[in-house]
Amino acid sequence: MAGKDKKIKVPRATMPEQAPEVRRRNFMEVPLGLTDEMAMTEAARCLQCKKPACVEGCPVSVDIPGFIQKIADGDFSGAIERLWDKNALPAVCGRVCPQEIQCEGNCILGKKGSSVAIGYLERFAADKARELGTGALPKVAEKTGKKVAVIGSGPSGLTVAGDLVVKGHDVTIFEAFHQTGGVLVYGIPEFRLPKDIVAAEVATLEKLGVKIELNSVVGSTVTIDELFEEGFDAAYVGVGAGLPRFMNLPGENLIGVFSANEYLTRANLMKAYLFPEYDTPIARGKNVVVLGAGNVAMDAARTAMRLGADSVKVVYRRSREEMPARAEELHHAEQEGIEFVLLTNPTQFFGNDEGRLTGMECLKMELGEPDESGRRRPVAIEGSEYRIDCDLVVVSVGAKANPLLTNSTPDIDLNRWGNIVADPATGKTSKKAVWAGGDIATGMATVILAMGAGRDAANSIHDYLTIGW
Amino acid sequence: MFKIVNREEMAQGTIILNEIEAPRIARKAKPGQFVILQSNEKGERIPLTMADVDPDKGTITIIYMVVGKSTASFGKMAVGEEYFAVIGPLGKATHIEKRGKVVCVGGGTGIAVLHPITRGLKEAGNHVTTILGSRNKDLLILEDKMSKASDTLHICTDDGSKGHHGFVTDVLKDVLEKEDISLVVAIGPVPMMKFVSAITKEKGVETLVSLNPIMVDGTGMCGGCRVSVGGETKFACVDGPEFDGHKVDYDELSNRLRAYLDDEKKSVDDSEKNA
Repeated sequence: MAGKDKKIKVPRATMPEQAPEVRRRNFMEVPLGLTDEMAMTEAARCLQCKKPACVEGCPVSVDIPGFIQKIADGDFSGAIERLWDKNALPAVCGRVCPQEIQCEGNCILGKKGSSVAIGYLERFAADKARELGTGALPKVAEKTGKKVAVIGSGPSGLTVAGDLVVKGHDVTIFEAFHQTGGVLVYGIPEFRLPKDIVAAEVATLEKLGVKIELNSVVGSTVTIDELFEEGFDAAYVGVGAGLPRFMNLPGENLIGVFSANEYLTRANLMKAYLFPEYDTPIARGKNVVVLGAGNVAMDAARTAMRLGADSVKVVYRRSREEMPARAEELHHAEQEGIEFVLLTNPTQFFGNDEGRLTGMECLKMELGEPDESGRRRPVAIEGSEYRIDCDLVVVSVGAKANPLLTNSTPDIDLNRWGNIVADPATGKTSKKAVWAGGDIATGMATVILAMGAGRDAANSIHDYLTIGW
Repeated sequence: MFKIVNREEMAQGTIILNEIEAPRIARKAKPGQFVILQSNEKGERIPLTMADVDPDKGTITIIYMVVGKSTASFGKMAVGEEYFAVIGPLGKATHIEKRGKVVCVGGGTGIAVLHPITRGLKEAGNHVTTILGSRNKDLLILEDKMSKASDTLHICTDDGSKGHHGFVTDVLKDVLEKEDISLVVAIGPVPMMKFVSAITKEKGVETLVSLNPIMVDGTGMCGGCRVSVGGETKFACVDGPEFDGHKVDYDELSNRLRAYLDDEKKSVDDSEKNA
């Protein structure tokens, strides 16, 4: 392709960011976004491959070269229209997708130099459309008269709702909380995903005709069977992995030990970082330890730093190589002064006579033989116990399926971990007219995988409503 | 949504009753279950066990003591005003069955939670002895309703201004001596539930308590409400709120209820300063 070598030589755009020493004490977004000029220069780097490998790497098959070409041409509303064709939440995905292992990981330019910054460009196009109010919404097909209940308003539920409303179905989202967005609002912090962006993406869906019923805990307030009795023709279950795991260590119920779910929900959904303007309080630790090393752990650690901690340690039983968080999250955390204490495992928590946390005991580990996950198993070094003083611990070692909904629907089959068994290709469950996807089916994964599952289920639901089960 | 259709003040205005429109919840709720309420967008999510439900009218009733900023904001809302959010019914319902002779022990606003359970136990054919406690006669709530829901009613006040001068545990010991009791239900302040459980444990009488720890979501998501029951960690929101009173670690529960004491003070001070 002509000019290929030249394009490789143009350096990849660098995202302007708030300086680490400033942002570590505020909740404003860390990356500031590309300027028009930066975006157009970056977009011009795209080789416009005839068989774009990037699209193959995208769980929702966004026309990546297509929207990038529009940006290169300066047609920003054309760019967002291309994105909306396949993705209802581009402003979210541009920020939180692990592009390095998906679209960008497949980019041909990346083989010899650096890949096109697809995530930055997606974010740019979405932000531009939101700022300027441009971009025509997808055309809604003629009404089918079929009613679909979407349970949960996280990334997979929003995708299903967006896809099906465009196909002409009457879609209602049932959300347990008082705000729409699921993990996008309760889990991911403001500094990584500003909440007005989620609200804007949801408002787009509402403009397309999606109805939202807040404060509705399906399973408690109403059951799926009752929704069918009320006239719904199909239901999609995207309720996430809502039950926090604890480590079952002595002292874990001391005041000052929190699940990441609680800590982040207080901070994000309830806006406790603005206490006392907002009523919900949050523990502001001076010496904070986060247990676990995934994206959620990084979110918790960086939140603790912003809430005024003197020191924040991420304690992880394996080594740096195995830390499951995205490279960018690890890098941002380190830049902000978060310390990684690796090959270390907690054994117990200590408290004072008021039941408040004062410290924890840890064991040093070394890596042994690979385990079933293929990663080298951490093995405790005998006699290596030592104490870390801390007044706040956030346990971030994953979450499991919440049985609240599934207890009320005994005819939906579960696997041995309590996750819903859903056909990986269609999302169909064992119960007629019920689909499931996202973390409730797969266990904890990413926003975009949940969206991909939502896309597959939406296609299957559409087939059901127009053809049959 | 969630409009207040009736409001009453009790115990000299320190305890408030709100009857709230919530048709979906009212259709489902059973004695022992709770709701989470938020008075406004900036408010905290507060769990309260329902005191009554009217499925035909589509309303639920909560009774709460004004203790902090959130309950104060609830208390200021007039008939016709709306709660920002009410979710439920949450938690497991009380298992109500015919057991024979049962005792219901209530204190403070726990009496409000105890009422539908007491009524249910009586309707199920049990002989119900109820023992209610309060600091003085003016702070006692729902005496008439509890009297109707019980076969025998005992009142205890700390200052002797009504009924037995002393604690509910004095009367409970007496009743357990004289009668063959198969179940005790105790709902009230943590120390009350702790002492009742200590007495019934000694006598080997099964005891149910209803716990009200700090919660955020109320659906099992945050784990803030964890309590130790028989050495195991349980989530009060989904595993409870009722537990075997003999197995609950009350001291841990008391500690955890004090987790945000300083913040609560700050929140009240801040709102008074702004007002």
